[in-house]
Amino acid sequence: MLKRVIFGLIAALAFAMPMFAQDAAGPMQGILQQHAKIIVKSSRKTIAPAIDAVAGSGLPQAQSVLEAWQAKDMWQRESDGLFFKAEKIDSKTYRLIDFDSGDAVAEADKRDLKQIKPNSGIRALIGTALVKFQLNDPDPARRADALASLERDADKTLLEPLRASIASEKDPELQARKRRLERLLTISYDPEEAARIAAIEEMSSDLGVDVRAALNPLVATTLKIFPGDPPDGLNVVRILRPGKDDFSRDSAYTLLSDAGLAPERITSDAIRTALAENIEDGRVAGVPVHQLSDPAKRVEAYTALAAEGRAAPYLTEAEIDEALSTHSFAEIYAEPSPAVTNAAVAALGRIATRVGMNQTLDLVLDALSLASIYFLAAIGLAITFGVMGVINMAHGEFIMMGAYTGYVVQQMIPNHTVSIIVAIPLAFAVTFGAGVALERLVIRWLYNRPLETLLATFGISIALQQLAKNIFGTQARPLTSPDWLGGAWVLNDVVSISYIRIAIFGLALLFLMLFLFIMKRTRLGLETRAVTQNPGMAGAMGINPGRVNMLTFGLGSGIAGIAGVAIGLFAKVTSELGQDYIVQSFMTVVVGGVGNIWGTLLGAGLIGSLQKGIEWLNPSNTLAAQTYMIIFIIIFIQFRPRGIIALKGRAAGD
Amino acid sequence: MSTLLEVSGVSVSFDGFKAINNLSFAIGQAELRAIIGPNGAGKTTFMDIITGKTRPDSGTVLWGEKSRSLLKMTEAQIARAGVGRKFQKPTVFEDQTVQENLLMALENDRNPFAVLFWRPGQTDFERVEEIATEIGLVDALKRKSGELSHGQKQWLEIGMLLAQEPRLLLVDEPAAGMTPAEREHTTRLLVEAAKTRAVVVVEHDMEFIRRLDCRVTVLHEGSVLAEGSLDHVTANKEVIDVYLGR
Amino acid sequence: MRKSFLAQNPSVLIFLGILGMFTLAVTVASEGLGLGLISTSFVKTLGKTLVLALIAVAMDLVWGYAGILSLGHFAFFGLGGYMIGMWLMYERTRQIVVDSMANAPIPPTDQEIVDAIGTQIFGVVGSSEFPAIWTFADSLIIQLVLIVAIPGVLALVFGWLAFRSRVTGVYLSILTQAMTLALSLYLFQNDSGLRGNNGLSGLQNIPHLDHVPQSVLSVWFLWASALALALGYLFSAWIVSGKFGSVIRGIRDNEARVRFLGYSVEGYKLLLFTTTAMMSGIAGALYYPQAGIVNPAEIAPIASIYLAVWVAIGGRGRLYGAVIGAIFVSLVSTWFTGGQAPDVNLGFYTISWVDWWTILLGLSFVAVTLFAPKGMGGLFDLWAGRRAPERHGADLGPDQGALREKEANE
Repeated sequence: MLKRVIFGLIAALAFAMPMFAQDAAGPMQGILQQHAKIIVKSSRKTIAPAIDAVAGSGLPQAQSVLEAWQAKDMWQRESDGLFFKAEKIDSKTYRLIDFDSGDAVAEADKRDLKQIKPNSGIRALIGTALVKFQLNDPDPARRADALASLERDADKTLLEPLRASIASEKDPELQARKRRLERLLTISYDPEEAARIAAIEEMSSDLGVDVRAALNPLVATTLKIFPGDPPDGLNVVRILRPGKDDFSRDSAYTLLSDAGLAPERITSDAIRTALAENIEDGRVAGVPVHQLSDPAKRVEAYTALAAEGRAAPYLTEAEIDEALSTHSFAEIYAEPSPAVTNAAVAALGRIATRVGMNQTLDLVLDALSLASIYFLAAIGLAITFGVMGVINMAHGEFIMMGAYTGYVVQQMIPNHTVSIIVAIPLAFAVTFGAGVALERLVIRWLYNRPLETLLATFGISIALQQLAKNIFGTQARPLTSPDWLGGAWVLNDVVSISYIRIAIFGLALLFLMLFLFIMKRTRLGLETRAVTQNPGMAGAMGINPGRVNMLTFGLGSGIAGIAGVAIGLFAKVTSELGQDYIVQSFMTVVVGGVGNIWGTLLGAGLIGSLQKGIEWLNPSNTLAAQTYMIIFIIIFIQFRPRGIIALKGRAAGD
Repeated sequence: MSTLLEVSGVSVSFDGFKAINNLSFAIGQAELRAIIGPNGAGKTTFMDIITGKTRPDSGTVLWGEKSRSLLKMTEAQIARAGVGRKFQKPTVFEDQTVQENLLMALENDRNPFAVLFWRPGQTDFERVEEIATEIGLVDALKRKSGELSHGQKQWLEIGMLLAQEPRLLLVDEPAAGMTPAEREHTTRLLVEAAKTRAVVVVEHDMEFIRRLDCRVTVLHEGSVLAEGSLDHVTANKEVIDVYLGR
Repeated sequence: MRKSFLAQNPSVLIFLGILGMFTLAVTVASEGLGLGLISTSFVKTLGKTLVLALIAVAMDLVWGYAGILSLGHFAFFGLGGYMIGMWLMYERTRQIVVDSMANAPIPPTDQEIVDAIGTQIFGVVGSSEFPAIWTFADSLIIQLVLIVAIPGVLALVFGWLAFRSRVTGVYLSILTQAMTLALSLYLFQNDSGLRGNNGLSGLQNIPHLDHVPQSVLSVWFLWASALALALGYLFSAWIVSGKFGSVIRGIRDNEARVRFLGYSVEGYKLLLFTTTAMMSGIAGALYYPQAGIVNPAEIAPIASIYLAVWVAIGGRGRLYGAVIGAIFVSLVSTWFTGGQAPDVNLGFYTISWVDWWTILLGLSFVAVTLFAPKGMGGLFDLWAGRRAPERHGADLGPDQGALREKEANE
């Protein structure tokens, strides 16, 4: 910076006297002067020679000229028409810098200067021209930027500069990117057919979207009409015969008439309009108007009109056939070389197969993640419904309460990581408390009356939902996940899974183990199983059934709360959050087999993969997917009324 | 005496536990039979199999003159074919009157549409009264059966069985919880019923069985241990072992 | 036989009498035909309430008598509404289209009329084609048959599947809820052919009756609703009074025992489930022309849950209980949610009933289940008990009755 200032001072001293610009003009100034007219005119259509001249000058200062030009830093001195790079000193005065020497040559009043303002189209052209300089720029960041802009939008003129820049590239990563881009540009732009085919084959095992983007234009086709047979020398995909090959007569004729090769077909609208214009004394060409609600009569009247020359002739089917038979229709590749299109088709086929396999993998991952969400939503139920046999329709609302707890915590603790760590135990505590209260106040009085339990908990569910609406309003509340859960694990362009789903999968596994541990290894689990199987006997052995029921129910509810935090992280938190999961959760438990956690796991797996499978078959419609899934479950229960893993014999009860 | 019910080679297991093991059993058209056996001998499961509640893993259950297999029929079809069952615990419809209970059991068309349009006629009321007299509940016809005493419920259930006019009666512990006088009454009812149909009584109480005075089948671990008169089986060494423990 | 049936069931006569007097009173007080004491919209509300009482009776048959807690009857109700709605909307649109095309110089062809109707009806879902399910929409007779046929067939198929595999109790409830959810999700789609979440609208305009003002129409619908309720009530009372009633109550209390008596339980449940589904369809077909719009949200499981709430609050297992519950809860609900109930100012917080009514309903529902399992109908027992304490000389003891015992065994 200091250097520049000193330089500027020296320059100012040296050139204190105004000089005749022409005399001192360097080579770049010469080029600019040569094209001065079009530079000043600044039109995208005519500017090309000027840019090419600067870029192709081979002068080291070309890059800085282009950059200045692009940045609207190029000014013309009106007195002598010379171009300079100008820097603002104050609002009125500019310092002029010569392009060739890079030295400040003068200061000038703004009124004596004219700014060259290239429009965005020109700036883009300059940018393209700049790329080849930037590809060799000593700064790796600028090289990466240039490469990125190339990847977005390439041009055939850039293939050579790109190739030239590969060998000298020092950064291995950039070099790999350059090589890959070079292959893609070769596919699109290389003049040599063999080189293109080689590149196509080389890239045919690559799953990148950009590869497909490079290949797809090669196999793009247009439907063309030829009088007689298609001429030789075209790269024909196939000849279409009207009425066959999914190519209807109607669309064929429409193509013909659109191309002006045949008279337009008379539509029923056209008939009606023509008829309406020719009503005379309640008749059209002799046909009474009131009869014209019959389509056959309309044609009759229209034909008569046409015969009188008052309307375009009505086309008969025979005339249509005639017109069609004298033309041929063919799909033509835009790319003239058959060898290239064949190679591209084959490559796309190979890529499609690999993409299909990867999509299957992606689908499996998706299904797995959905299954773990269902499992998470259902695991609390597996305890309250599966083990205790208590049907709690407010379970969904416990999930909702957990999610809202997470939201409230996040309002108080802005740090997302900390807030999630606080929210999970807090959600457990809140819903544990709610569960215990529900058990003590309501469910306790209704043991062994499942239908009434169902109804009473419905009441609770309705009330809790409305309460949430009253407190939090009806709009969705966000529960933001910490940044480290924000991204996605990307395997390739097809397969990716967000970290949050992986976290939920992990959480589901954790809960599974927790459940197994509590039920099989702890005193509470033992007592729960005892109380569930025979409360009287358990009571006689010194277990307090009331306390055990309360704790177990609380546990199931608490887990629902944690599930709520997890679900809230990827779904919007609304008062209806629980409703969206409750039926599926019950289905998961019922399908899996009541009273068996492995069954619940299998049930979640089944339902998750089923839903994803149906969505894959009909991707536009998740509502339909849910509909069909529920129908499937209803039918499934026909064959395994007691679920996948069923208890047998007398233990199963009646 | 021709055979009404023939069970042969029937086995069933629950989660690996063999509840019935290659059991064979036959009963004639009009015969009273008692089945005894220690707990877990498979008495209830045996009845479950005949009435269609439990499907055996193997074996055959043949019924009537035409030797129809009962295994392919539903519980309701088996009941309509003529098998009546009384449960261990008295199960009557407590929310309904004695008369309604009996009317429901009365032998008539069981088809839902027929039932929808069916209204009791004079003969039906007479039949109900007849049965009620037999089981000693004629004064209680209009009372809800939930108000009846335990013994009365047992009788009502037997009355419902009789109203069904079954050809085979399966009676599970009819005397449980009854006073001696009530037992006497029950014995008379069963002996009377066995004159026109087959009756199988499952009972623990030896005194009750002695009063029935009939052939006895002893079940143990899901198969028949001994069969014959009560004196015969009580003299059997194995039976004594089973009952007294080895 | 009929005479003795009514003689045996005096409550039916009383009910019909009250219903008749009520209808008469509303007619006299109505805007359309009487003194104008009651607004047209309130007449509509009353008409709708009577229809809701009808579906509550149907619900009481399946739940109160046969013990099947169906959470699907509002789906049948909605389907009935859709069936009549299709004709109403088609015919009404056809009228409008024909009228507007009458001024065209060239009379329209049949196809042009149908196309124009299609554009009118399906424009909102970006389509103009008639889906296959609208095939019979131009025929009132066929759509009237479909009002009972569609819910009937759906109930038959679903019931056959469910009862055949012996799904009972809460499992059956969840399954019916799933069915309802599936149906409503299906209808929510735009390509279901029933206008997605827009539903069918403008149903209050009855084709060919444009000259009849809504104030009169509303009274006609009130009569129709009252008639339907009366017939439905009579029919239900007749069903439950005979041996069929005995059998279904037996099924509720001890399904296995009924089976061992030789009754095919599945057949009975199926018959009852299907019949009540048809009743619900009829109720729906009367309800939605009064409401004016039917959409998939009406079918959502929560509606069927509310239905269970009405029956439980009114008192299940007795037909008049269902009627009382439906009328009481839906009217009170209208009162609260309509903003007519005064807000309660607690000083620090104002309770607005529009927001808090649902909570009150939910909690009172819990309270009814816990403290008054017989519902409001139980009050009649108290009253009857005071009037005739010496009945049969013995206490009834029904509280330890078979109903609970059966559930205890599950």
